[in-house]
This record gives sequence, structure tokens and C-alpha cells, in this order.
Amino acid sequence: MTHIERDPAWPEVSFQDRMDTVRFDVHERAHIVVDGTKCEGCSTQHCVVACPANLFVPTSDGGIVFNYEQCFECGTCYLVCNVEGAISWTYPDGGHGVVFRRT
Amino acid sequence: MAERDVLAGTDVDVVVVGAGPAGSCAAIELARAGRSVVLLERGPFPGSKNMYGGVVYPRILDELIPRWWEEAPVQRWVTRRSTMVLTPTQALTVDFRNTAWGAPPYNGATAYRPDFDHWLAGHAEAAGAQVLCSTTVIGLLRDGTGRVIGVRTDRPDGDLRAGLVIACDGVNSFVAKEAGLHGPADAANYTLGVKETLALPKEVIDERFGVRGREGVDIEILGGTGGVNGGGFVYTNLDTIAVGAVLKLPKLAAQGRRPEEIIAGLKAHPAIAPLVEGAELKEYSAHLIPEAGLSMMPKLTGDGLLVAGDAAAMCLAAGIWLEGVNFAMASGMYAGRAAIEALGRGDVSMVGLAGYERRLGETFVLKDHRKLRRAPQLVLSDRVQHLYPELITSVAERMFRVDNPDPKPGLRRIVASERKRLGIRRRDLARDGLDGLRSFG
Repeated sequence: MTHIERDPAWPEVSFQDRMDTVRFDVHERAHIVVDGTKCEGCSTQHCVVACPANLFVPTSDGGIVFNYEQCFECGTCYLVCNVEGAISWTYPDGGHGVVFRRT
Repeated sequence: MAERDVLAGTDVDVVVVGAGPAGSCAAIELARAGRSVVLLERGPFPGSKNMYGGVVYPRILDELIPRWWEEAPVQRWVTRRSTMVLTPTQALTVDFRNTAWGAPPYNGATAYRPDFDHWLAGHAEAAGAQVLCSTTVIGLLRDGTGRVIGVRTDRPDGDLRAGLVIACDGVNSFVAKEAGLHGPADAANYTLGVKETLALPKEVIDERFGVRGREGVDIEILGGTGGVNGGGFVYTNLDTIAVGAVLKLPKLAAQGRRPEEIIAGLKAHPAIAPLVEGAELKEYSAHLIPEAGLSMMPKLTGDGLLVAGDAAAMCLAAGIWLEGVNFAMASGMYAGRAAIEALGRGDVSMVGLAGYERRLGETFVLKDHRKLRRAPQLVLSDRVQHLYPELITSVAERMFRVDNPDPKPGLRRIVASERKRLGIRRRDLARDGLDGLRSFG
């Protein structure tokens, strides 16, 4: 039987290593803009949990810092957002953003 | 109106937005009928933005690309389908193997979407469609009556005037939204799909999954998503496996567990870990799924506009049937045919485009969605998600446990006592069973 050595630790990859497996052709224009001040009154901040790329980071003063560069363009954030106008969402300019791999 | 009036001042007969499976099939039909078509794709190549669990059912392509299986970029042909019910320490699997699915005309196939969609768009191009990549649509052009007469793109001088626009721009469909065809978006209608593509040598995959050559396995999983309503999956590609979860958005947000943690939990389950151990992460990916079927579908037709594929919520997420690419390809194909008909008659109004919904209604596209209209909600309900997996596995455990000197208790007694232990009311179980029968029976 073909055998693969079991690594007892078999560590989960770090989140950065996980995101480094994905190709992003980043455009200088941010296609998603988060108005972090609007997030200060938000008690749920669902975006922080749900964004698969972990792009929403809570700040100590209750706001949100957001970086668009490693975005999957999935749409989860604007759907789970409870605060009107906190997230302005568009697609990146043509040819930019996430590029899933061909074999 | 005559055809020449509809096409007066246009750059092209039809603009198709999005070169996924719906858009490419629409473009193939139109181009073959001699219509000028521009197929717009915002990614650098068709398929570059696209991700799914991993199985496509391509038989609808018999109508467009005879013997498609000789050329489609398939990873493996699914000859084993497993449905797995998990609790943290248990698994009950129904495993079906069918050798015939490994030979033409096949059934399901695993494929990478960037490969598959790129291949299908190549057929649109070969038929004469102009595929324009790296072009994002940023708005619709309309005439004084509100009829859609083209799109605005992010290219310099990027307006494209057309007799008709077909929106195949995916789950977030800004085109259909701008046209007012969607009601307000409700997060409860969507799931987030997250996936890890994990590399393993082909012979290791063959051995672990009990397959040979190009045979492949599709495992659908209920339970194992860490309290978040949804499901899991494991699919075999040639030398990778796809492991992932589909997670109901409001539950995901409320439970406070991150998507990658849920995949990690799935991979660590005693029934899954031996399959994925030692595999190296090649790519992590995520995409939304329009999960709610018929109940979330937008209006499919506007004046000068048709909507197909995920943009029209055509994805079928009905528990034991998880399909989408086939619905996209079919709806795109029927949109193409309806467009040809409407242009020929010089009537691209909603009335002139009625052939689209008629075709969808006569075929599996809407027939399956109507039949299974209750299924998405049932499958993602709290009882099916959080109580029935334990009911099923604990009944199995007590059936198979030999507890001598006690005699065997009998199935009816076991079910009754486990049902009570889990606090499941008899009439809820009966109602869910009836709902299930209505959907799946």
C-alpha cells in the first residue's frame, strides 16, 4: 500500500500561507470601500467572522479596518452587513482581482 | 417593430455579460444562428473568477457539442457517490458505485472551473462570438422607454449598444439588480462555499478512495460543519482532492466560527482525516451560492434583457442533488434560442422574449426547481442540520451494537427512544418526512 508518513502535528497552514496560494492581480483602485466610522456603532460586525479572506479587522475603538487586496469578490460582506452604507461594493476593474488557477 | 429597427445604431446584435457556462452556451447558440455576439468577461480569461464544489453534469451539452466527453477538460468521471451523515465521533455513509458512469455518455465529472469554462468559451469563439476578456460591465444603457439597449464597460469608449443583453454575470448579478429584476437581497438565501484544493499523488488518491484510472468520487456530507447550517464535500480530481463546506450566511456570521476553521474541523473528523492526511494545500477559494432556488429567483426577463445561470439563481441546492453548472448551461442555451427568435421577429420586449421562460418551464430547469421548491429550506433547517444527524447515527449505533446479555431492541423501539432523547416531536418528524417525500419522492 502506498504510504504517506503521518506527521503527528500536521499543522494547519497559517492564514497568510493559505492566502498566498491564491493569485491576485491587484489594481490600484480599491473596489470595496469600508467606512470604518460607520462600523463603530455595529454590535455584530458579522463581516469579521464571515469574510473567507479575513479582510475585516476590528480596531480597539470599535471600528473596522479593511484591505481589499486579497478579496475573493464573493459578496459575503455586503450581504451580512447590518449597517446601511458601511460597505461600498463593486467589482475590480477588468482583468484585475482574484484569478483562480487553471491546471 | 422590425428587426432593422431593433438593431438600428447597434454595435452588435447581442451582448452577453459573463463568460461562464451560461454565457458561453448563450453565445454558442447565437453565433451559430449567424448573430453577431460579444461575450464579455471581467476576468483575464473565462473561468478565472469561477469556483464551485467540484462536480458538473454535462449531458445538456449533447445538444450543443456532440461527444463533448472526448474533449471536455475533465478531471475524473464520478463513479462513486457517497452521502455521509456525521456527528463529532460517528459517520453513517450511503455509498453508491456505478461502473457505467465511467463510460460514455457518463454522468457527473469533476473538473476545475477555470479549465471547464475556458474550454466552453472556446466553443463560443469558434462559433463566431467575440470573447472580450478583462472587461467589467459597470452599467446598463437604456432608451427612453426603459428598454435595455446595451452596456457600459470600464474600457475607454466602453459603451456597447446591442439589440439585446443577456445577463450571465453570476451570483451577485449587478446587471439584473440594476435592471430591477431582483427583490431586495436577503442573506438567508445565500450560502458561502469555501474550498481547499489539496495535492496528493494520483495513486494515493486511487488507493484511499478505491478507484482506478479516471474514476472519481463525490462525497456529500451532512453534519460536520461545526454548528453552522450547511454541508461539507470531498471530491477527487486527478492528483488533488477538493475539501470544503457550504455555509448558510446568517448562521456563519452568528456562530462566530470562521470558514477556514470549519474546513479544518471537517478535515480532522475521524471519517475524513484518513482521506486527506498529508495533502498539501494548493489553492484556497471561496464563492457565494444562490441557495434558495425558486423562492429567490428574480424576474427572468425584462425589455431587451434576459437573465440566466447563477444571476437568475438557477443553482439547485437540494441536499442529495447539488447542481448548478448544468442549470447555467441549459438556461444560457434557452436564453440564446429565445433571443434568436425575438430578434428575428423584431420584438425584444418582455412579450417578444417570452420564449425564454416557456423553454425553461418545459424542461428540467424550472421543472426541477418547482418540484424541489421546498427542498433547500428543508435541508438547511435546524432539525435536519442539528438533530437528524444524531438521530440517524444513534439509531445505527444501537442497531449494530451487540449488547449481550440484553436482547436486540428492534428498530421501532430504538427510533422512538432516540427521538425522545433528542427532544424531536413526533409531528415535526412526520412533517419533515412528508416534506421530504413531496420533494424527493
